[in-house]
Amino acid sequence: MRCLRIRYTKRGKIRFIGHRDVARIWERTLRKANIPVLYSQGFSPHPRISFGLALPTGFESEAEYVDIYLGEEFFMNDFDSKSIQQDIDRALPVGMDALGIGIVSTSEDSLQEAVDACIWEVRVSGVSIEEFKKIRDEMFSSDSLNIERERKGKLLVEDVRGQVHSMDITEEHGDGVTILTELGTKPRVLRPTDLLKRINSELRTVRVLRKEQLTLQGNQRIEPLSIELHPAAPTEVLA
Amino acid sequence: MILPEHSPEKASWLLIYPDTYEIGLPNQGLQILYEILNERSDSVAERSYAPWVDMSREMRKRKIPLFSVDTHRVAAEFDILAFNLSAELVYTNLLECLDLSDVPFYSKDRNTQDPIVIAGGHCTYNPEPFADFIDVAVLGDGEEVVGEISEIVSNWKSKSENEMDRSGLLEELAGLPGVYVPSLYETTFSDGRLISISPKLGKNTNDLIEKRTISDLAAWPYPKNQLVPLTEVVHDRLNVEIFRGCTRGCRFCQAGMITRPVRERPREQIVSMVEKGLKRTGYDEVSLTSLSSADFSGIENVISEVMTQDSCSPVSLSLPSLRVDAFTVDTASQMQQARRTGLTFAPEAGTWRLRQVINKLISDDDLFAAVESAYSQGWRRVKLYFLIGLPTETDQDTLGIVDLSEKTLEIGRKYHKNPSVTVSVGGFVPKPGTPFQWFGQNTEKELLRKIYLLRDAAKKIRGLKLKWHDSRATVVEGILSRGDRRLAPVLEKVWKEGGVFQEWSEHFNIDLWRNAMEEEGLSIEDFAYRHREEDEVLPWDHLSAGLHKDFLWQDWRDALNNQGLEDCRWTPCYDCGACTGYGIEHVVASAVPPAGGSQGTGIASIQDNGIMVSISKSETTESLEFLGVNE
Repeated sequence: MRCLRIRYTKRGKIRFIGHRDVARIWERTLRKANIPVLYSQGFSPHPRISFGLALPTGFESEAEYVDIYLGEEFFMNDFDSKSIQQDIDRALPVGMDALGIGIVSTSEDSLQEAVDACIWEVRVSGVSIEEFKKIRDEMFSSDSLNIERERKGKLLVEDVRGQVHSMDITEEHGDGVTILTELGTKPRVLRPTDLLKRINSELRTVRVLRKEQLTLQGNQRIEPLSIELHPAAPTEVLA
Repeated sequence: MILPEHSPEKASWLLIYPDTYEIGLPNQGLQILYEILNERSDSVAERSYAPWVDMSREMRKRKIPLFSVDTHRVAAEFDILAFNLSAELVYTNLLECLDLSDVPFYSKDRNTQDPIVIAGGHCTYNPEPFADFIDVAVLGDGEEVVGEISEIVSNWKSKSENEMDRSGLLEELAGLPGVYVPSLYETTFSDGRLISISPKLGKNTNDLIEKRTISDLAAWPYPKNQLVPLTEVVHDRLNVEIFRGCTRGCRFCQAGMITRPVRERPREQIVSMVEKGLKRTGYDEVSLTSLSSADFSGIENVISEVMTQDSCSPVSLSLPSLRVDAFTVDTASQMQQARRTGLTFAPEAGTWRLRQVINKLISDDDLFAAVESAYSQGWRRVKLYFLIGLPTETDQDTLGIVDLSEKTLEIGRKYHKNPSVTVSVGGFVPKPGTPFQWFGQNTEKELLRKIYLLRDAAKKIRGLKLKWHDSRATVVEGILSRGDRRLAPVLEKVWKEGGVFQEWSEHFNIDLWRNAMEEEGLSIEDFAYRHREEDEVLPWDHLSAGLHKDFLWQDWRDALNNQGLEDCRWTPCYDCGACTGYGIEHVVASAVPPAGGSQGTGIASIQDNGIMVSISKSETTESLEFLGVNE
């Protein structure tokens, strides 16, 4: 069986909408766009769609993915990826844009399994560029970085040093910096907010944006969609 | 998404539903007016809801005033703050919203710069408890009158500042039919009783304010663009109003009395509203709303047209109010094509005798036939709704509730191993504008005694689950339902002590109300429990929903004689006043009542259970749910 995999954004005010509500938005969007999604069997049938790594509520993203389960006839001759993307994009609410679509086989890894790392853009305040460089370099020069995390009611101490692949400063502001950081998602997602709080409790994160979700193959970084993106213009949203 | 556009010439309205966004957003009345006002060239409307307590705490800490959800515009910058009031327990939230908006509580303290505070909704048939806080109350259908108000306010805004006279504006508004300006009326009390309410000396205003009624629902196919919230709300589905008004004549039901006559929407319009609405919103559920949906002429055809719609996914249908005698095997099987929603039937009273008193003329057999249809079509759970504390009620009537429920379960056992019946019991609150407006409400103690009676009897029955409404909340509803202007300081005190969101069990606090009543020297007995006398001045005597007071009094006497009254849609007119007074008529496509049931006049409801689940509170109190039914 094959799925339609859609890359979409979650920007602006809609970042405050939780994961469950985003799932419901997708259900309505597919009906509006007339996409004949398959339904589960049973007493209370639901459309079969699945999401990748959940985005924490309040974070923005340019790289969210959803898999839509469809019958094989959907992918027949008149399958037109561009117009399907347009229909979906039009049906999505403000702040959510369909950036691209691809076709994946359900026998491939699930989205969650396929993704090894995320690139995050984080706006940090309460720190000068020099101070931040020092804090970052200290982190990179140490061999371990233990973080306490709660899992199933138990407190775990985990070394996440290996999950911090990179961290670059991209912009300097009056009251802080913007950074771009690649963080591993295995065995468990490392949130940029948790990381920054751990390396220096004074750091305040103002805005977090997921830029990419990636599969790592040797030195290659591969996007979960194999086809080219048709980027949508960013939308002005009341924050 | 189109954002409302402001301009200096437009009258700007902030439509406020004084409860949470999740409860308020689906409100159809508010959405209808929102669209109409934004379509006009002389008005613009935005929306706001009551911020939950954690949010209002933060707002006060950071000095953020109440603002609109559409463009985040500050409430006090609007020309009009219009509140939708549909239940008594939200009155203190009106004050909370005014306080957060930094608008003075009392109408007399507001000046030219302050917004005009308007109230609409069913509670305006007795606005006296909150009359001092509002500038204007609007009675009845709002579709036409909001335009007339906009015209006056927009003209007023074009005047120079020294020409602007707030009291002049209010007097001008009072000239519109259906508009009540409380500050133009004077109340006189003697020996703790209201003895008169009449226009102040020298004020040119009406002695009697008549409600507004739109005669043709087809002319108002709203909402055309139902709002689709991004977060989950109650009634989260497409809602299409199929008719307005109800003449079944249930004597406890305020909605059925004040919204007469019956006005059906043409069938083709309903079907097209459903089709367009589903395509536009992406919803997979549609509700055909009215006060008694099966009474719509040819409802079966509408149901089948809706269910056979061309769509790539299954659509489910809910009918919020459907008579038990219309709920057949056929309807049941049609409705469960998509998702199976919960079923609620509302016999309201446990015995046929008491159902004649309240004029809910469905027999035991009608109910049993309906539950048989449900169970046989695969439903395992059925919910039954009853009122306690009805006029002439005896313990035999009360226990009849358990008896009916037990028989319902027995029918269920024919089809399922473990059928269940959930019985919800609400305390009856007499409402203004109904034949029961003279009835002294049961005391808190008496209601509690009846609840225990039911609890003990229900205990022994497997599969029977009993839920009840907090009888203390019923008391407060009773005080406010038929209260007068002496309650303004009570509301203010309760608000001051933190008594907001009183319809939410986690916030309801009876002590705040008891203390405030005592401090004001007012007795709960007098406001809630006392039978009113025939010649007594009622606080809403100057406001009319069209029904003659002597018609209501006669209906009250008939009730006490166990005398039912048939639906006037299909029988000769009783001259209640609702049609003749306004020169309008019922708009019904069929001249005969729907077939089925013992009388062809039974009423009960079947409704989707979504709301009850999503706002479920503690096991014993579900105030919102009951407030809705009890109105």
